[in-house]
Amino acid sequence: MQQTNRLKPFFENINFEREDNTMVVNFGPQHPSAHGQLRLMLELQGEEVLKATPDIGYLHRGIEKMGENMTYNEFLPTTDRMDYIASSSNNYGYALAIEKLLGIEAPRRAEVIRTMLIELNRIISHLFWLATHALDVGAMSIFLYAFREREYAMDLMEDYCGARLTHSAVRIGGVPLDLPKNWTEDLLKFTQTLESQIPIYEGLLTKNRIWKMRLENVGVIPEEMAKSWGVTGVALRGSGVKWDLRKEMPYGIYAELDFDIPISDKCDSYGRYKCYMQEMYESSKILKQLIPMYKDSDTQLMAHNPEYISAPKEEIMTQNYSLMQHFVLVTQGMRPPVGEVYVATESPKGELGFYIVSDGSAYAYKLKCRAPSFFHTGLLTDLLPGHQLADVVTIIGSLNIVFGEIDR
Amino acid sequence: MRSYTPKDDVQQKAYYKDRFFVKPPVPKSDIANDEIFSKDLNSIKNIVNILDSYVEVEHLVLVINPEDNYKVISYLNKSLNYDFLVELTAVDYIAKRGGFEIIYELLSTSKRKRIRVKTFIKFSETIQSVEPLFRMADWSEREMFDMYGVKVINHPNLRRILMPNDWAGHPLLKTYPLHGDETGSWYEIDKIFGKDAREVVGPELRDSACVERYDTDRFARLGHEVSKGTPISQGNEPDTPIRYQEEGGVKLFGKKLVTPFDEIETVHLKQRK
Amino acid sequence: MAQHKVNYFAESGTPIKLTTVDKIVNFGRSNSLWPMTYGLACCAIEMMATGGSRFDFDRFGTIFRASPRQSDVIVVAGTLTKKHAEFMRRLYDQMPDPKWVISMGSCANTGGMFNTYATVQGVDRIIPVDIYLPGCAPRPETLQYALMMLQQKIRREPSNMAQKAKRLI
Repeated sequence: MQQTNRLKPFFENINFEREDNTMVVNFGPQHPSAHGQLRLMLELQGEEVLKATPDIGYLHRGIEKMGENMTYNEFLPTTDRMDYIASSSNNYGYALAIEKLLGIEAPRRAEVIRTMLIELNRIISHLFWLATHALDVGAMSIFLYAFREREYAMDLMEDYCGARLTHSAVRIGGVPLDLPKNWTEDLLKFTQTLESQIPIYEGLLTKNRIWKMRLENVGVIPEEMAKSWGVTGVALRGSGVKWDLRKEMPYGIYAELDFDIPISDKCDSYGRYKCYMQEMYESSKILKQLIPMYKDSDTQLMAHNPEYISAPKEEIMTQNYSLMQHFVLVTQGMRPPVGEVYVATESPKGELGFYIVSDGSAYAYKLKCRAPSFFHTGLLTDLLPGHQLADVVTIIGSLNIVFGEIDR
Repeated sequence: MRSYTPKDDVQQKAYYKDRFFVKPPVPKSDIANDEIFSKDLNSIKNIVNILDSYVEVEHLVLVINPEDNYKVISYLNKSLNYDFLVELTAVDYIAKRGGFEIIYELLSTSKRKRIRVKTFIKFSETIQSVEPLFRMADWSEREMFDMYGVKVINHPNLRRILMPNDWAGHPLLKTYPLHGDETGSWYEIDKIFGKDAREVVGPELRDSACVERYDTDRFARLGHEVSKGTPISQGNEPDTPIRYQEEGGVKLFGKKLVTPFDEIETVHLKQRK
Repeated sequence: MAQHKVNYFAESGTPIKLTTVDKIVNFGRSNSLWPMTYGLACCAIEMMATGGSRFDFDRFGTIFRASPRQSDVIVVAGTLTKKHAEFMRRLYDQMPDPKWVISMGSCANTGGMFNTYATVQGVDRIIPVDIYLPGCAPRPETLQYALMMLQQKIRREPSNMAQKAKRLI
């Protein structure tokens, strides 16, 4: 027997009686295309989209309000859940913002480990993008292959920090853990496997007639539209703009690393696809350069600044003042200087920025996360009209949006 | 008599107040040290009245009057080559200063510099939309309206974006509690089942530190799980070891429908990769 | 989590005598549970990884169906927000009986770390849940174990579910 509730049948979105003969279709908040909770209201003329209105907020969890009610260290695992596919990138962006606010720098080994983690996360994120995009467009076997590669990468992350998906591996002031034994050898083996497998995925897709027909000239983002909407990341580089924060405004140790930024002039989904595939090669190139840098670095893992950062565990367990300070920092939280910062890093999705207003207390006065996917979803309003209904799914997939970031 | 808790800022505050602690500021450097910023500042000063300007953590910060926001953003975009409006948000200073501080964060890809433009509006004042200049303002200003209640004029589509359309209240205000107010906490029950179902379903359990073994009749101790509804108040539930399938399998007509899971036959990998 | 004042099963806990027909029907039902793709947030990624080739979900007989009308089980993976709660209930109502619910992850069990204004504190305020999975995000092996527990639960029940409606209100 049906349980009692007040919900009535929901017909108001399907409307056949309008004068201009268009049909309004609701691409509801739950749909099998694996991107999360996007509700798109499409006005269709036959198969062609005339107007598109994305509706978001179905995953709004109040993360920014939580930031105002938690100490800075407590909030770090929450940033994991924003872009949940590449968690360490969000942690790193947040930790970098706090470090700029405090005016401290992480030690060398911590920076190397952090860069290893975020480049590994970039590979994980791009593999996930490939899997879900290909699944949506129809090439379902790539999903299984890419997830297999991801499993190896997630094994590496799990060896390091214990978690597959939501890592919290990067802390304010450095990293809490050193790499386990043989991790760098496993990482090298992983990069070799990856570099031998990516040509197989490219061989399945790049010259494939159906893939090219589905992706070429679909979702063309002209440069002015990209700049007007604040589009960053691969979507911007796919439109011919040479802008990657790691190269143009380097942070961390990116200035010392040698890598290229793939750019495509074609502005369509196919160009973005090629950029993503090339970025995976570049990331594995970076990882290979980082391994000798790790071996040459000094063993300090967290910045030495007792006012804001706790001491390493060995010191806490043996030295009295370290223990007292750690207790105070954990229970009452560290108090940064009064001021504001905005720090942006290049996450796999685009420019991820954190805007933090501090009033000197242990809780942030305002913590805003500038999520790249938010603007990419807004871009759909201007991008979808003119395309066919089948292209809608391709475009949403090609823009690589994650709902944890959009709705925060 | 209970002590007075001020309601104009209900966010979490530190328990211990340090009376003699002097809060250091984030260091602000001199604009003259940076030539790009000093050039930009001098050209903007001719256009509009700048209330304050300084360099803070690699950003040039300009404080302007709210009426000039469109002019300043348009000048920065068109004449000074700041081609991205990266962020647009508001900060709630109602209790401290009586209004909101609106922040625009701009980026110049050619000069590789960031600028922050700040302006202060009083609580019931409105601000001009910059959507004709940057389309991203369409969504950012909607979010600002949704979260803070800042009214933006000349906006094509000012309605809620992250909260449901019929939500009452603006969540990121300092007067809005983290757990949500009365209507917010019953929102989904009212919408789906009606107001009469409130007593049946019960209030939300918001205290994460509350540990009660018998708070509902369902949660049992780990490793001692029992079926739903079994009374557990005596504390003598049987041990339930982890069992992937029924012990001995499920039999039908003498044959086994579900064969038992034999641990001895499982293979343990010596090497993972 | 909810403080329900409703007692779900009046006679639960007592052993139920299953007939042969029950056993056959339950065998069929438990070994071909078709979940609906209901990935909301991070746990959805782990659910997809469970469907991948390492932790194959297909060997349990599950095929992920997109439509609620064709599915038996709904695995609520991720945070349920108040904006979405209405749609979740609608989708649950559209599923035909017999149906089961697995609540995956802390956010679906109790609202998780998101103790805020916009999160439903536990999907069981809206829907009756059969199996709760702890974790944030739970490992794929945990989801497999939950499915196996659900299979055991199905095999214990008499197959005529119309006698025992799981009423929330």
